[in-house]
Amino acid sequence: MLARLASQRFLEIRQAFRQSSQAYRSFSTALNYHLDTPDNKPDLPWEFSEANKAKVKEILSHYPSNYKQSAVIPLLDLAQQQHGGWLPVSAMNAVAKVIEVAPIRVYEVATFYSMFNRSKVGKYHLLVCGTTPCMIRGSREIEEALLSHLGVKRNEVTSDGLFSVGEMECMGCCVNAPMITVADYSNGSEGYTYNYFEDVTPKRVVEIVEMLRRGEKPPHGTQNPKRIKCGPEGGNTTLLTDPKPPPCRDLDAC
Amino acid sequence: MGLGSLASRTLKSSRILSSQYSRFRPIVTKPGLQSPDASSAAAAAQPEPTPPPPKKPVGGARVEFTNPDDALEVFVDGFPVKIPKGMTVLQACEIAGVDIPRFCYHSRLSIAGNCRMCLVEVEKSPKPVASCAMPALPGMKIKTDTPLAKKAREGVMEFLLMNHPLDCPICDQGGECDLQDQSMAFGSDRGRFTEMKRSVVDKNLGPLVKTVMTRCIQCTRCVRFATEVAGVQDLGMLGRGSGEEIGTYVEKLMTSELSGNVIDICPVGALTSKPFAFKARNWELKGTETIDVTDAVGSNIRIDSRGPEVMRIIPRLNEDINEEWISDKTRFCYDGLKRQRLNDPMIRDANGRFKAVSWRDALAIVAEVALKVKPEEIVGVAGKLSDAESMMALKDLLNNMGSNNVWCEGTGTSPNADLRYRYLMNSSIAGLEKADVFLLVGTQPRVEAAMVNARIRKTVRASNAKVGYIGPPTDFNYDCQHLGTGPQTILEIAEGRHPFSSAISNAKNPAIIVGAGLFERDDKDAIFAAVEAIAKKGKVIRPDWNGFNVLLLNASQAAALDLGLVPESSNSIESAKFLYLMGADDVNLDKVPADAFVVYQGHHGDRSVYRANVILPSAAFSEKEGTYENTEGCTQQTLPAVPTVGDARDDWKIIRALSEVAGIRLPYDTLGAIRSRMSTVAPNLVHTDEIEPAAFGPSLSPECTQKVESTPFKAAVENFYMTDAITRASKIMAQCSAMLVKK
Repeated sequence: MLARLASQRFLEIRQAFRQSSQAYRSFSTALNYHLDTPDNKPDLPWEFSEANKAKVKEILSHYPSNYKQSAVIPLLDLAQQQHGGWLPVSAMNAVAKVIEVAPIRVYEVATFYSMFNRSKVGKYHLLVCGTTPCMIRGSREIEEALLSHLGVKRNEVTSDGLFSVGEMECMGCCVNAPMITVADYSNGSEGYTYNYFEDVTPKRVVEIVEMLRRGEKPPHGTQNPKRIKCGPEGGNTTLLTDPKPPPCRDLDAC
Repeated sequence: MGLGSLASRTLKSSRILSSQYSRFRPIVTKPGLQSPDASSAAAAAQPEPTPPPPKKPVGGARVEFTNPDDALEVFVDGFPVKIPKGMTVLQACEIAGVDIPRFCYHSRLSIAGNCRMCLVEVEKSPKPVASCAMPALPGMKIKTDTPLAKKAREGVMEFLLMNHPLDCPICDQGGECDLQDQSMAFGSDRGRFTEMKRSVVDKNLGPLVKTVMTRCIQCTRCVRFATEVAGVQDLGMLGRGSGEEIGTYVEKLMTSELSGNVIDICPVGALTSKPFAFKARNWELKGTETIDVTDAVGSNIRIDSRGPEVMRIIPRLNEDINEEWISDKTRFCYDGLKRQRLNDPMIRDANGRFKAVSWRDALAIVAEVALKVKPEEIVGVAGKLSDAESMMALKDLLNNMGSNNVWCEGTGTSPNADLRYRYLMNSSIAGLEKADVFLLVGTQPRVEAAMVNARIRKTVRASNAKVGYIGPPTDFNYDCQHLGTGPQTILEIAEGRHPFSSAISNAKNPAIIVGAGLFERDDKDAIFAAVEAIAKKGKVIRPDWNGFNVLLLNASQAAALDLGLVPESSNSIESAKFLYLMGADDVNLDKVPADAFVVYQGHHGDRSVYRANVILPSAAFSEKEGTYENTEGCTQQTLPAVPTVGDARDDWKIIRALSEVAGIRLPYDTLGAIRSRMSTVAPNLVHTDEIEPAAFGPSLSPECTQKVESTPFKAAVENFYMTDAITRASKIMAQCSAMLVKK
């Protein structure tokens, strides 16, 4: 009897461990070290497209010429958009060459920020906000709906390469919770959009996905037809007039 | 359980113990315990308390005040200390004798301030202050032993230990681990962490550095070392938060020649020595302070040995030569000391096979042949690793036999030992830091003398010094202009036709470093004359600064030239009938006549053994007390760390014994006697740890009528990891050579 209780307890402990490790694993999109795959190797050539080379020059002009290193984040972002939503090692090496630093410095920046995807994502990367305000308004159901509809796990790409689902931190739309954002990498860096779809319901989110699959552009912003931007249903009840001017124009006098 | 309480009860009631306690326990009274009027009377009657004695800096360090007027005064734990301007609070506390715990701060690296272990309390500051990063302001009151500081340390230690694995029994750093020591001294005795610890994948950094990245506490010392001192930007901190990992991201081996120093720098067991893994604990090792002989720098090392075996080599602090670093070759060549050793005298018999014989027979045969041969057919060559005593004995013996053909390998066919400034690093290794322009002629410091290269890099980083290089294309770990590949470029610079000559003339302290590989060239005199012309034009040699440097390749060259090991004729080997090789493995033995009698006296069965007729085993540098002079002219001594192998003896003792058997007895029997003989020839060789500067300058150098040839310079060192008998016998060096040398 004791043995049975002990083995039961052992299984419970193992299950608890398994759950926690799973939750831990899905917090990062990729590992902090690189493993060669056929489409992600340091010797594969990669360079900015012609149109993007002009953008690179424009970005570099924002920073002093002896501090080219400061341009690393916008350049990595551009490279990510060009490559369909993720950064291969060769792209990071190309950025390192542009800003004249050792590649490891670029790797450090790319691994620090979770929005730099270092493994493949879908053409439409769906990010569900999972922070508290969205969570208590049902973001877990949104994520459930997306994952079960697409048939993937978190950070996994669908077999047609179109969609992937990830979790994101708070994007500031707590008034319109729950929300998802769609990073659209289907048109390279020229057609890159990053739009919020707020006030979603599990049903609506599936509709959005199907619209994206057909190539349509669903209207972004709040998906609740009765709301205007972040106002309540039925229109604003406050802030109906112009803002009151300050008590006196000369702040030093009052 | 029951027995324990019984025992304690008996102990308590034991009269012997209580009497012992009463005998040794002093009864003191304190002023506060006495009655109030008695205490005030006592206080009034007490004289003024004497001021506390001045505190000594931590570790007996010396404090250098570059500007004595700029000294500030701060108060550390109530004691006033004078510090130079620009020091941090941590350094001020060090001067005051208070050792503050730290993990990420290292005196030779940039300040990171991310471990937070150095927190101290500063008056008028709302939070504890990271003393490694806070500059010390005048009048600051620093308190390191208050409850706030102690709580801060305990808290930081608790956080550091939270994700640290319980690896102490299997971790190589145990016993010399900063984390262990500081948690014993400054941490609390219990932790409150009950969650899961994170673990990190191990990275492959090469055959020298073993990584267990789970133990890493993310102090970033290795990242800063690789970026700043070693000059290779390979390591970085990837990820963020508790998931941070130190690594190279892509699989890249650490190919830098200073990569072994991260082993010393890492405060925990994340980066350890792969060859030394699981071999020994540090408390069972005996440390012997000695000198490295694998290159001409003479880095100060400590050989840790257990019994008769050298277990590892770690650096010793010497600010003037190697600071706190040693190259990989120095650090990992020790396993060559255990392989291919000669341990018995051997004679080659008629079949061509070696037979082990006794010393008596071997010496008898050698003496017999030596006395039969004509004096001008006797030749002696000293090796790369020979100490000054043995070279003195060899020269004395051969001179007494009538021959004057003794030289040291690496000094070329016609070395010139008349003017010392022509074969020494005249600005001294530490003096290179004052230079602002470097001209490297035919030398690749990165592979020839890694510590000199580290010093040049330090200068380039600190003061943006310009470096021009003439030689075959190599890669440097600092910005370097490749001016040319051959002597023609030197002529151009000497005549002012090259743009770099203006850099030299405008420099405040120009330094020219000539490689000793040029000694092998036939036009060496012409090249030196051209370099001296550059020196004259650029005012490189002045009373206050001598920037004319020669970077030697071997540990024995400087002492050999000081002792006068200069052959009479440059092709004596071709007519030699008796060739005495004292550890000389890089001599070209093709030209030796087939009937010459070759004696090899050395410690490894390296190349020359194949031609030898008699082998006399001698002791390696770790087994003898010898004097070595490094490339800047600083005399240093090795000490025996382990007993020698088999029947091997000290080099000079073998020659002394040979002289006795040959009937030409040399007049010294003890180390002191041979050292006094050395002092008659070169007195600087007995003044240990002192640099004897070259007395005369180029005003005395003879006119040169030679013309330079146009052949470009060759690399003097082909393979950094395999340069002498010990490193060629080492398995670790073979692995490094296979994996780390750039093809």
